[in-house]
Amino acid sequence: MTQLPAPNLGELRARHPDVFNRPISARLAMPVMIVGAFGIFVFGLVDLDFSPARLVSGLHQLGWITLMMIPPDPGSSLPAYLVALGETLSIALLGTTIAAVFALPVSLLAARNIVPSNIFRFPVRRFLDSIRGVDTLIWALVWINVVGLGPFAGVLAIAVSDFGAFGKLFSEAIEAADRKQVEGIRASGGNALHEIRFGLMPQVLPVIVGQVLYFIESNTRSATIIGIVGAGGIGLQLAEQIRVLEWQKVSFLILMILVAVAAIDWISGKLRFAIIGRRAVA
Amino acid sequence: MTVAVSILPEQQLAVLNAAYRKAVARKRLRLTLATAVFFAALVIAAIGAEVNLRTFFKYFGNFVSYFDRILTLENGARVWTDIGEWFWGWRKWLWMLGETVLTSYVGTLFGAILGLSLNFFAAENTSPAPWLRFLVRRVLEFARTVPSIVFALIFVIAFGLGPMAGVLAIAIHSTGALGKQFSEIVENADMKPVEGVRSTGASWISCMRFAVLPQVAAGYASYALLRFEINVREASVMGFVGAGGIGQELVVAIRKFYYSDVSAILLTIILTVFIIDIGTGWSRGRLFGKDARA
Repeated sequence: MTQLPAPNLGELRARHPDVFNRPISARLAMPVMIVGAFGIFVFGLVDLDFSPARLVSGLHQLGWITLMMIPPDPGSSLPAYLVALGETLSIALLGTTIAAVFALPVSLLAARNIVPSNIFRFPVRRFLDSIRGVDTLIWALVWINVVGLGPFAGVLAIAVSDFGAFGKLFSEAIEAADRKQVEGIRASGGNALHEIRFGLMPQVLPVIVGQVLYFIESNTRSATIIGIVGAGGIGLQLAEQIRVLEWQKVSFLILMILVAVAAIDWISGKLRFAIIGRRAVA
Repeated sequence: MTVAVSILPEQQLAVLNAAYRKAVARKRLRLTLATAVFFAALVIAAIGAEVNLRTFFKYFGNFVSYFDRILTLENGARVWTDIGEWFWGWRKWLWMLGETVLTSYVGTLFGAILGLSLNFFAAENTSPAPWLRFLVRRVLEFARTVPSIVFALIFVIAFGLGPMAGVLAIAIHSTGALGKQFSEIVENADMKPVEGVRSTGASWISCMRFAVLPQVAAGYASYALLRFEINVREASVMGFVGAGGIGQELVVAIRKFYYSDVSAILLTIILTVFIIDIGTGWSRGRLFGKDARA
């Protein structure tokens, strides 16, 4: 076997000074960050009352609850659950559609290539940001105060909170659109509306449809939870059954949600690929 | 200026036009059909969701005036005329907000650690055995499909009221989400370093540590920061089901119609979310350059 020549450390050091002589601040940065992150973590554990005794007794309880959940059994309320599931899907579909319809014009106002003026764009963007900063559940509580308990409040809650998200996503899609087609329309004498309709929309519509489909999918999940505060759908049933400790029904409901979400995932995935082709996934 | 545009002979033109019309007609028909199906689905959904436009328009004024009401103090003045009265509970609220942020931090870190330890088993290219990959993937899927607030509802019963249930719920959800995202990064990693390390006789763990981890660490941190940002929002509503944090105060204020409190708490939540958004965005930009903004 041949021996590799022993490395000449002195020469290596001279050749790569920046590898061997990193400043102390660069060398310490990583450990300090890790220790800091870990320190906050430990502080958090203490501050939030994590104690091993609580954890053990909780896990014990949890194990017991899990045992109680088997086998999943809807009892006699299967029809009611199916109706509730339908309600949830309706909430997701309707809420997302309403949000998309209203967000499209507003997103134009938030896009840099349509409204170049910072002064006009800034308030629109901040407005959208504030809507997004409030969770769907909070919107659901607000709408319950307005239209009363029931799935309609859920639809409006999803519509409002998605409006904020769509406004941002659509405006980003519009900003990413190719300028040349818009210029083409202008060169042939089109006005601003023509530019948007024939130059911009054909480019951004597939992206937007993809995002809307994706949101319908993710809103199926959100729609399951807004029922917990009373805005209809399967979450209402789930929260009720958890509160009365009917664990077999709880596990059945969770299974239903999982199956429904998987089905919607699959359908919207197929649709998305059919509409925008395989590569462009939002 | 005249430009000669060559015009095809009638016959050829007619064939082309017919083909064009046929292609467009088929596309239009498909579009019309899809629109019709979509509208039918919407109508069914509207009936299912008990949409009642009359209620909506009758009470829409309530929605607008709700914002009027939450911006009015009890003595009838606008909230911003007396900041001290508006934010009378700021000490308590800031404390609970701190608890919320801490909940999401601890939950995210738990989730990141668990996700990190599971993701190599879930990735196509690094998993030691197919059955293990299948198992881990299903577990992660379960953890991220069940909404975290459902976990919180169950954990509140198991672990008692308080932020601990919230932390664990967020941790489980983050494990599912991060585990999947991490494993996707690993699947995109270059496998040549792994071969290099393996050829020196290293074990599977060493391969992961020295060949895969250096490639993917930046992506991991980026996703974890993004998840933290999302979790702050999630944690702000954990209090709705009794799992600690500012949500508890908010739900009491909304349900008991303490109007000015609602706006004050909402404003502090929105501001916190803004600050954290900007902070994580900034640190992700600093750590990994602009392109790592996933």
